[in-house]
Amino acid sequence: MNLELVGITKAFGQLVANDRVDLSVGAGEVHCLLGENGAGKTTLMNVLFGMVRADSGEIRVDGQPVRFADPGDALRKGIGMVHQHFMLVPVFSVAENIVLGFEPVRRFGFLDRRRAHKEIRHLSEQFGLDVDPDALVEDLPVGAQQRVEILKALVRDARMLILDEPTAVLTPQETEALFKIIRSLASSGRSVLFITHKLKEVLAIADRITVMRQGRVVGRTTPAESGEADLAAMMVGRDVELVVAKTPAEAGDPVLELHDLCVRDERGLTAVDHVSLTVRAGEIVALAGVQGNGQTELAEAVTGLRHVESGSVRLSGKDITNATPRHALRAGVANVPEDRQADGLVLSMSVADNLVLDVYDQPPYAKLGARDLARVRAGGEAKLKEFDIRASSVEDPVSSLSGGNQQKVVVARELSRPIKLLVASQPTRGLDVGSIEYVHRRMVAERDRGAAVLVVSSELDEVLALGDSVAVMYRGRIVGVVPPTTSREQIGLMMAGAAEAQPAAVAVPSGSGVPSRSGAPSGSGSEEQ
Amino acid sequence: MSVVELAPAPSSFVPAPDERLVSLSRVRGMGAFLLALAVVMAFAFGLGSPPHAKATFLLSAPPAVGVSALVMPVRWVSVSLAVVCAGLGVALLVRTRQRGSYLVFGLGVVVFIWALLAWAARGNSLNFVAMLAETLVSATPLVYGALSGVMCERSGVVNIAIEGQFLAGAFLGAMLGSATGVLWVGVVAGGVAGALFGALLAFLALRYGADQIIVGVVIVAFCTGLTNFLTQQVLTPYQASLNSPSTFSPVGIPLLDKIPILGPVLFFQNVFVYGAAVLLVVVHVALFQTRWGLRTRAVGEHPRAAETVGIHVLSVRYRNVILGGVIAGIGGASFTIGSIGEFSANMTAGLGYVALAAMIFGRWRPFGALGAALLFGFSISMQSFLAVLNVGIPSPFLSMAPYVITIAVVSGLVGRVRAPGADGVPYSRE
Repeated sequence: MNLELVGITKAFGQLVANDRVDLSVGAGEVHCLLGENGAGKTTLMNVLFGMVRADSGEIRVDGQPVRFADPGDALRKGIGMVHQHFMLVPVFSVAENIVLGFEPVRRFGFLDRRRAHKEIRHLSEQFGLDVDPDALVEDLPVGAQQRVEILKALVRDARMLILDEPTAVLTPQETEALFKIIRSLASSGRSVLFITHKLKEVLAIADRITVMRQGRVVGRTTPAESGEADLAAMMVGRDVELVVAKTPAEAGDPVLELHDLCVRDERGLTAVDHVSLTVRAGEIVALAGVQGNGQTELAEAVTGLRHVESGSVRLSGKDITNATPRHALRAGVANVPEDRQADGLVLSMSVADNLVLDVYDQPPYAKLGARDLARVRAGGEAKLKEFDIRASSVEDPVSSLSGGNQQKVVVARELSRPIKLLVASQPTRGLDVGSIEYVHRRMVAERDRGAAVLVVSSELDEVLALGDSVAVMYRGRIVGVVPPTTSREQIGLMMAGAAEAQPAAVAVPSGSGVPSRSGAPSGSGSEEQ
Repeated sequence: MSVVELAPAPSSFVPAPDERLVSLSRVRGMGAFLLALAVVMAFAFGLGSPPHAKATFLLSAPPAVGVSALVMPVRWVSVSLAVVCAGLGVALLVRTRQRGSYLVFGLGVVVFIWALLAWAARGNSLNFVAMLAETLVSATPLVYGALSGVMCERSGVVNIAIEGQFLAGAFLGAMLGSATGVLWVGVVAGGVAGALFGALLAFLALRYGADQIIVGVVIVAFCTGLTNFLTQQVLTPYQASLNSPSTFSPVGIPLLDKIPILGPVLFFQNVFVYGAAVLLVVVHVALFQTRWGLRTRAVGEHPRAAETVGIHVLSVRYRNVILGGVIAGIGGASFTIGSIGEFSANMTAGLGYVALAAMIFGRWRPFGALGAALLFGFSISMQSFLAVLNVGIPSPFLSMAPYVITIAVVSGLVGRVRAPGADGVPYSRE
């Protein structure tokens, strides 16, 4: 299929999400659409898929102008989409999900399950998409769910497949498997439009690359013409430091000690399964793992947000197991939560109020039980400068800020009191490259000041760049603690539960400061419990 | 928090998805409850009855072939049943697994009810078959109501207005059935009345995204007020012409209705009962075997996913909510032209909510709802028979029984049920 988008413009109120965007994809081509969060990639795809109607512009399929009023129209024209958040019904079987909306039926609308199974089996063999048609989708790992999504498009004979941030939830091995599938789709003459903000993937898979920034196309290139640094500069609009600058850690006394910790999730299932871990003063321990392997629950247990079933949490030798969040906070634990909008901020309140959520009732922000609003305001303005938060006024509701600036508000609040331990969960999720740089620098500064830092992240790049040592979690257990010089493949295998840490990998490398790979910090002493 | 006990082995990290999660402490609670029941049975029913009192359970009713009655010495039967019940209670107390606990508990409750009936019928007789037949009659509107709920909620719209649709269907069914003298017109009128209020619910909830619970409650209040008003203004003055429909009389299915015990219960009923049975099968098959059902469930679980494969979410919801209204309206008509033959204010007495409870207890499945409806129907039937036997329990307490059982079942025994993922959540495209 030859697809052309010509002059697509879409505005949401004041915000122009797409500004005269042109894009063309040929048959058998893998085309990467690269851009930061908020660059307008997803809006463009929603226009293409009929989810959103463009204000102006034209879509052409094989030279013919088409109009898509809803996704059904796009599907009928042979365009399939794999959404970033999978569009699967969790309680349906794989087969039911694949045929939904396109069901083979016998008389009276009865589902023809046998025909559905046959078709699915045929396609999954052709493209190496291994799935069990009878399995329930909610029981499948994300990699398999993604294969179901791809099959959904193929069953409808899609000639063009849009993949929106497909690797965000995958382990490195699953990503490699996905790339194989993408190549086989392209060689069958189908077009693939691959949306991402990850530079390495773009270079690995793309035939052609289109870069977007602030709603506009700012560059077209190919992997042969551009390297990682060029793409990053195009995406952000300036040169970017891809490496986190930090010196080897000088680890001191243990600050956070987890001993045999067990925690359950909302459903009452064991989420953290007998975990022991130590984080020392002046070191960053990165907790890696595919999402949903207990990292969230572990972080919540440390910060007092979740009940500890058994085991203990100690902070500088003091027991804080099942302390209330306020108690943990006053004891010196700072928490940058995973979902800043739900758990980190009160969105409808002002920036200034959000900056003192933790100390609103303490001097100097309150006296004799009454708040001192002048000081809150003055303090807020000082923080705005100190943490480079872009807001027109501290009285603005925090919801009016961009994601990056919202996160800076959270970070500013948490780092504004004396802390011994910083727990940061997915601290840079959804942030632009500039904000990521900033948040990373602050965390390293906190470490150098002598705090213990526990970073929970499902981004392998972040884990390897920040961590002085890397603890990998799988199914509620820590399968190994390794130095950040460990190969991505090895850590990927551990994330998938395929490999335990090998004793050799735990050996302390010399702290020579020689970068082992682009983007990695110098090998530092790995601190084991 | 209700939790499942996990073995330390890593393979138990994820339990089977459909396993009902019951904590062992709840199993113990059920065991203790059975022991308490056993004490009541042994002392209140057994030793509390005159030593040689006998209870007679009549087991025949027309048109079935007659069976001889069951005559039991009350004290002896109660005490032995108490022993059985205590045994079951102890079995629950020493259990280490959860699976099957509800079955044991259910058995204990059945044993208790047997003893209760024997005690109530001491020195007297109770037509057990008639009581079961009445159970089916009482359960019928509940089945219609619960199926209406299934239709709506499976597509993601909470229909709490069933009670109002019952009243509207009962009213219009009685009025038109009486005015035309043709009962089938009453059935159709009931369906139309339900459909109208279904459409109103759908319109407010889907077009304007109004809170479905609030809209539902308002519709119930509106229907209650409207039918009360119209009863006073229209039905009472013209009672003979507008509020005196005949009723569908029981129709026997040839040969089958001659089977002892089962015949009169299952095969000698009116069209509403047979209709409920047919509808039950139709809705079940349609929901799980057809394209319509797959799309309905997809829209109720994950509307956005349905939208992305080209399904019109709101159309599916409109259609289902209106069809659900038709079903509830017909169920409402069964109150008037199915049994009583007259409309009176508030005659549905909250059974629309009981139907909703039956749907939840039945885990949003037609046959699950049937089971729950039969349980509630039995409690309604039993309290009316006990009232006749004059057992010494004040009648207001007896008429409370079905509602108390509903509350106990919904709050205590259901374990963990999972509603459709998008149940009650308004859908908008962006």
